[in-house]
Amino acid sequence: MSRPLSLLAEERPDFAAIARWIPANARVLDLGCGDGSLLRYLKEVRAVRGYGVEISDADIVSCIANGLNVIQNDLESGLADFEDNAFDFVILSQTLQATRHTAQLVREMLRVGQQGIVSFPNFGHWKNRLSILNGRMPISPELPYQWYDTPNVHLCTLHDFEAFCREHRIEILDRRVMGGGREVSVLPNVFGSTAVYRFRRQA
Amino acid sequence: MKLNAVHSLGVVTPQRMQFDAPFACASGAQLPGFELVYETYGTLNADKSNAILVCHALSGHHHVAGLSSEDPKSAGWWDTMVGPGKPVDTNKFFVIGVNNLGGCHGSTGPGSHNPASGQPYGSSFPVVTVDDWVASQALLADRLGIRQFAAVMGGSLGGMQAMQWAINFPERVRHVLAIATAPSLTTENIAFNDVARNAILTDPDFHGGDFYQHGVVPTRGLRLARMLGHITYLSDDAMAGKFGRGLRSGDYQYGYGIEFEVESYLRYQGDKFAAYFDANTYLLMTKALDYFDPARLAGGSLRRAFAPVSADFLVVSFSSDWRFSPQRSRQIVQALLHNGRNVSYSEITSTHGHDSFLMENPHYFDVVRSYLNNVAAEGARP
Repeated sequence: MSRPLSLLAEERPDFAAIARWIPANARVLDLGCGDGSLLRYLKEVRAVRGYGVEISDADIVSCIANGLNVIQNDLESGLADFEDNAFDFVILSQTLQATRHTAQLVREMLRVGQQGIVSFPNFGHWKNRLSILNGRMPISPELPYQWYDTPNVHLCTLHDFEAFCREHRIEILDRRVMGGGREVSVLPNVFGSTAVYRFRRQA
Repeated sequence: MKLNAVHSLGVVTPQRMQFDAPFACASGAQLPGFELVYETYGTLNADKSNAILVCHALSGHHHVAGLSSEDPKSAGWWDTMVGPGKPVDTNKFFVIGVNNLGGCHGSTGPGSHNPASGQPYGSSFPVVTVDDWVASQALLADRLGIRQFAAVMGGSLGGMQAMQWAINFPERVRHVLAIATAPSLTTENIAFNDVARNAILTDPDFHGGDFYQHGVVPTRGLRLARMLGHITYLSDDAMAGKFGRGLRSGDYQYGYGIEFEVESYLRYQGDKFAAYFDANTYLLMTKALDYFDPARLAGGSLRRAFAPVSADFLVVSFSSDWRFSPQRSRQIVQALLHNGRNVSYSEITSTHGHDSFLMENPHYFDVVRSYLNNVAAEGARP
């Protein structure tokens, strides 16, 4: 039913990046947790106390089968079930770009968590730029959808996200940018395909 | 072929347990002793750590699964859920179904012989509460040598008992499956119960609860109570889908007989119910529902009420259940989250209203099965 953890880390380089930021036994909330792969990974390598939030019926069953705490809910309706500062980390992994009320959700993340972690596909990646230059919407392993059936309504670049944080008084604590399975340090907004940020409310 | 036939428990014989010590009820009343009728399915393991208690709702009883030895045609009320290879797998768990104190299916109740008077208890039977049920179930568990349940589960009023178990006996419950339930009844729910009770209380055949001595049964009141209850357990969509505006004779009769299909259905359900259910038990069960409110003793805070809980929870609600709405289940989840408990919550999409928890639904059953598979894999807790 579930893939081995070693495989998971290989397929999802952002998992390892996220795990590096999270201390052992941290309280973690994973929004849009899917089948619970990340939570399971964090439970295994960091012994976190974790909860997931997920809307899909099939994913709820997978999470429960994986022995994870999962709350069935629509992220867009807010995080009303969770109290202020209930978690050390609130994670939104590869979901930010598919949220409708993005600013409100990020605000909610920092209400219920001390820190937020988001990962998203970088729309500024050179392949995406090239595709647009050629007059077509990009399709890639990170953005596998056609323009007419994509759930990704709020795509952004690294620069866009950082500007968003400035405007919303969010302090970025750390950033890792991945491309081709390894970390990118040169021109990340061009060569990075996936970005992971760690942030908190500005003091 | 129906799946049930393949995975049936076969014929099950009810058992009885007598408790001779006086039993103090939450109301302050005392029973001189009592008897519980129960059924068990599966095998209790060597360290007695694989027991699941299934608590019943308003009209339920001990016959949860399998076929009744008293009526081999009668499958248990949760036979689709409980049995070999079913979500509550009796190949792995030792499952107990018990008729609650005050019931009318064999446990001591208003229709039972009162040793003090030599007559049926009737109006002298105390109003029992969810707390009383949990206390009496714990006495049964003691006798069966079960120190700790792998899980206590139930839907509706049954879910309330499961929650109360986790509050009153934290060390005796590893998991709670709280299905289609609520931390207390809504005002509207209490109002429905009041109408149902009034139907019974005002039936001339009720005789203040002592109708047994008069050789009558308040059938009219009981029927009305059941008809009203039944409407609220369904959803508008479910009733529309099942009956629509269908007419039995195809045209209006311009009278007050049974014309619409839904009328025929409701009267049938009312008659069926009134033929076997005890009016006093109905009153008492609805009152237990109304009184259930663990927050009341915790300064109005459900979060504080759940503070002693150590069990892990699976909370399940149904989208079309307007009597025990998903929102009420979310309050349970929130109280558990506040206390840092392990909890999973699933809202099942279903059109059958409150009755959904009794219906076969592949996704609902997958949720329960997945959860209990993990419960089966773990052992007793210290």
